[in-house]
Amino acid sequence: MSNDLQKFQDPGLPEHVHRKTDVDPKAADRAERQVAALFILSALSTVLAIYSYIFIPDDQYFFLPVMGDTNAHQLVLGLGMAFALLFIGLGLVHWAKTLMPDTEVIAERHELRSPDEDRSDFVRTVKEQASAAGLGRRSLIKRTLGLALGISALTPLVLLRDLGPLPKKELEKTSWKKGTRLVTDPGDRPIRPEDLEVGAVAQVLPELVEGQERTLADIGKDAVLLIRLRPTEFQLNAERLSWTHDGIIAFSKICSHMGCAVALYEQQTKHLLCPCHQSTFDVTRAAKVIFGPSARPLPQLAITVDADGYLVAQQPFTESVGPSYWERSS
Amino acid sequence: MSKVERIGGNVASYVDDRTGAAKWLRKNLTKVFPDHWSFMLGEIVLYSFIILLLSGTFLTFWFDPSQRDVIYQGSYEPLKNIEMSASYASTLHISFDVRGGLLMRQIHHWAALIFMAGMIAHLMRVFFTGAFRKPREANWLIGVGLVTLGIVEGFLGYSLPDDLLSGTGIRIAEAIIQALPVVGSYLAFFAFGGAFPGHVFIPRIFTVHVLLLPGIFLALITVHLMLVWYQKHTQYPGPGRTEKNVVGYPLMPIYMAKAGGFFFIVFGVTALLGAVASINPIWLYGPYNPGQISAGSQPDFYMGWLDGLVRMAPPIETHAFGHTISWNILIPGLIVPGILFTLMALYPFIESWMTGDKSEHHLLERPRNNPNRTAIGAMSLAFILVVLINGGNDIIATNFHLTINQIMWFTRIGVIVIPPLVFVITKRICLSLQRADREKVLHGRETGRLVMLPHGEFIEVHEELTPEQKFTLTQHEQPAALIVPNADANGVRNPQGFKGKIRARFSQAHVEQIDAPTESEVKALGGGHH
Repeated sequence: MSNDLQKFQDPGLPEHVHRKTDVDPKAADRAERQVAALFILSALSTVLAIYSYIFIPDDQYFFLPVMGDTNAHQLVLGLGMAFALLFIGLGLVHWAKTLMPDTEVIAERHELRSPDEDRSDFVRTVKEQASAAGLGRRSLIKRTLGLALGISALTPLVLLRDLGPLPKKELEKTSWKKGTRLVTDPGDRPIRPEDLEVGAVAQVLPELVEGQERTLADIGKDAVLLIRLRPTEFQLNAERLSWTHDGIIAFSKICSHMGCAVALYEQQTKHLLCPCHQSTFDVTRAAKVIFGPSARPLPQLAITVDADGYLVAQQPFTESVGPSYWERSS
Repeated sequence: MSKVERIGGNVASYVDDRTGAAKWLRKNLTKVFPDHWSFMLGEIVLYSFIILLLSGTFLTFWFDPSQRDVIYQGSYEPLKNIEMSASYASTLHISFDVRGGLLMRQIHHWAALIFMAGMIAHLMRVFFTGAFRKPREANWLIGVGLVTLGIVEGFLGYSLPDDLLSGTGIRIAEAIIQALPVVGSYLAFFAFGGAFPGHVFIPRIFTVHVLLLPGIFLALITVHLMLVWYQKHTQYPGPGRTEKNVVGYPLMPIYMAKAGGFFFIVFGVTALLGAVASINPIWLYGPYNPGQISAGSQPDFYMGWLDGLVRMAPPIETHAFGHTISWNILIPGLIVPGILFTLMALYPFIESWMTGDKSEHHLLERPRNNPNRTAIGAMSLAFILVVLINGGNDIIATNFHLTINQIMWFTRIGVIVIPPLVFVITKRICLSLQRADREKVLHGRETGRLVMLPHGEFIEVHEELTPEQKFTLTQHEQPAALIVPNADANGVRNPQGFKGKIRARFSQAHVEQIDAPTESEVKALGGGHH
C-alpha cells in the first residue's frame, strides 16, 4: 500500500461517559451499601469457617448429589474460607468499579534507549577503567583467572559424587537364581503348578533366604508375572518352550520400556498391556511387542518344578530386566 | 490534623529521611496501567503462586519427607497396619487427621493447576498479540523459563506423597534419566542413591520443591515484574493510544483495589475448588510399590503432552558395540521437548530476523493482523493438543468405546498432518477476518435491518462505523516484505546468498495480508455505505 494514501486519523480518546454513581448521589450511596454488605458477608463467612473448625466433628460424612459422600467438617470449613476470601475480593472490585474515579489517564512513554552522549560516555568510562586496570595488556592475569574460576566450579560437582553408588553390574542383577522358589506376592507362599488354573495370572517374587529383607528396589527388579495357558497355545521355539512348565510361563513384570508394572492381562487375546504407555506384549509368542513404544519383549524367566513339586527358577534371567540403559548389551 | 494523619506523617517522614522513598513512590503510586481482561491472566499466575507459597508452608508443618518404612496407624481404616513410607503416611495424616489438612492439600493442588494453566494462557496472550517484541524479549525468555520450571516443580510436588500413582511417575522419570547415553545409569544411581526407588529420592526432591525452585521462581518473578514496571505495560490499539503513551488507570487507587480484590477472588475460587472438588485422592491409590500399578495412570495435565509423546513413539532402539540407545525414550522424552522449548524461547528473535523489524513496539497486534504468527501459534497448539489426546488415550478409549490402537494411530499420523493443516487454515481465517474488517470500514456494519425500496428491491441497511472504530480497524502497520537484491552494485549475483533468499521467503510469508482500507478509498467510494 503506497503511503500517499491517507490513513484514518486518530480521533483521540473518546469522551468520558459518567457512571450512574458519578451523577446520582443515591446510586453512589447504594453502591457504598453494596460494598459494605459484601464485606459483612465475608466476615460472616469467616465466622462460619471458625465455627465449623471447632464444632463440626471431622469424622462425619453425608451424601451429596454429584459430590458423593462428603465430609461435613471439610466442606463447611472450605466454603467458609472460600466465601470469606471471595466476598473481600468482590467488595474491593465493586468499590473500584462504582466509586473510584474511572477517567482514563494518559501517561507518556519515555524512550528506553539512553541518549547517544550517555552511551558514548559509558563506553569511554568502561574502556578507561579497563585500561587503567590493565585488562587489555595483562593477558596472563585474565587467562589464569579464567582457569581458576572455571576449575573452581568442579569442586561442587565432585562433592556431589557421594549422592549414590556407581551402578556397576547392579542393573543386570536380580535375586533370581537357579532353584529359587517362586512365592506369591503378597503372602510369600510357594506355588505348585496345580495352584494355577488355565487362564490364571499370579504375581510372584523370589523366595527370601533366611534373614534377608525384601526392599522396594528388589521388587522393582524381581517382580514376575506367572500366566498359565494350554501348552498347545504357545508359539515358542524349543528353548523358550523348555523354559515353560506345563503351560505356565513367567515374564518379568517390569516393563522393558520405562519400568512400569505390566499388570493388565487380557485373557481372551493373551496380551499383556502396560498401563503407562500401552506397550502390548503377546504372551503366546514370548512377550513379543505387538504394539506401543517398547522395543523389546519382556524378559522370560525359565521355570520348572523342584523335587517337592514347587515352581522354581531354572536359572537367573538371561538379560537385564526393566528399561534400557547405555551399558545394556542386547 | 487528625491523630491518624499525624502518626502516618511521622512514620512516612522517618522512612523518607532515611531512604528518600517519597519521590519514587509519589511518581509510581499513580503509575498508569492499561485495562484489558487479558492482562489479568498473568495476575492469576502471580496470585496462585502466592497461594502456593501459603498453602505449601502449611503442608510442610505436618508432611514428613522421608522414605523410611512405617506401619500406618491413622484413622483411615482401609490402610491401617499397612507398611508404607513416612511421606505417604504423613500425607494420609494431613488428609484425615489434621483439621483443614485435606482442604489445604486440595487448595495447594488446585492452585498448582491454576498456576500452570494461567502461565500457558498468559503465554498465549503474549504470543498472539506480539507483546514479546522489542523491547520485551528478555521478559519472554524469563516467561519460558518459568513455564519450564513450573512443569518440573509441579511434577516434583505431586511426586512427594509417594503414592502408587506418583511413584509410577517417578519410575518413568528414572527411565528417562537412565536412557541418557553414556551417563544415564550413573545419573540415575546418583539421583536415587542406588537402585530405584531407594530411600533418598523423596527427601531430595522435597528440598528442591520447597526451597530451590520456589527461590528461583521468586527471583524470576521479581525480575519479570520489575521489567513490566520499568518498560511500562503494552496496550491494545485504539483511539488515543499510541506507541508513545500509556492510556489507563492509575495504580492508586484503582489497581490497588482491583488487583488486590482480584487476589482475593483467585484465592476464593481456589478455596472453593479445594472445598468441593476432590483432587488427587492419594488414599485410593495406596503406597508405592514398583510391582504394582493401577489402570488409567495419568499425570497432571501439564505433563500429559510429554506422556502422550512418549506413548506414540515408535519402538526403536539401537543395539551396537555392546551399548543400547533408546530412541523410543530419548526422542519423545528429551529431544522433541528440547527442540520445542528452544524454538519457543527463540521465537522473538526468529520473527525479528524474518521480518527485519528492529523497532520498539508498545501497541499490541490483533492476532488477525499478523496471520503468519497467529498460524504458527495455532499450529503449535494443535501439535500439543494432538499429543495431549494421546497422553489420555487409555481414558479416551474406555469412555468413547474406541481401541487404544485406533487413538494411537490417529495421533501418530495426526501429529504430523494436523499441525500444518491448522497453520494453513488459521492463516486463511486471519486473512478473511482482515477482509471482513476492510469490508466493514469501507461499507459499514451490517445491521440486519432489511428495507424494501419503493421499486420493490430489498436491501440491508449498512451503518457507517464511528471514527473510533474505523481508526481501530485500520491503524496497524503493514510492513513490506524484505527484498533481496538479485545483484549488488558490483554485479555480484545474489550477494546475501542462500540465507538471504530463505529470509526473503519467510519475510514474504510473514507479511502476507489484506491492505487496510484508507480514508482516500472511502472517499473514492463516495460514502460507500448503503
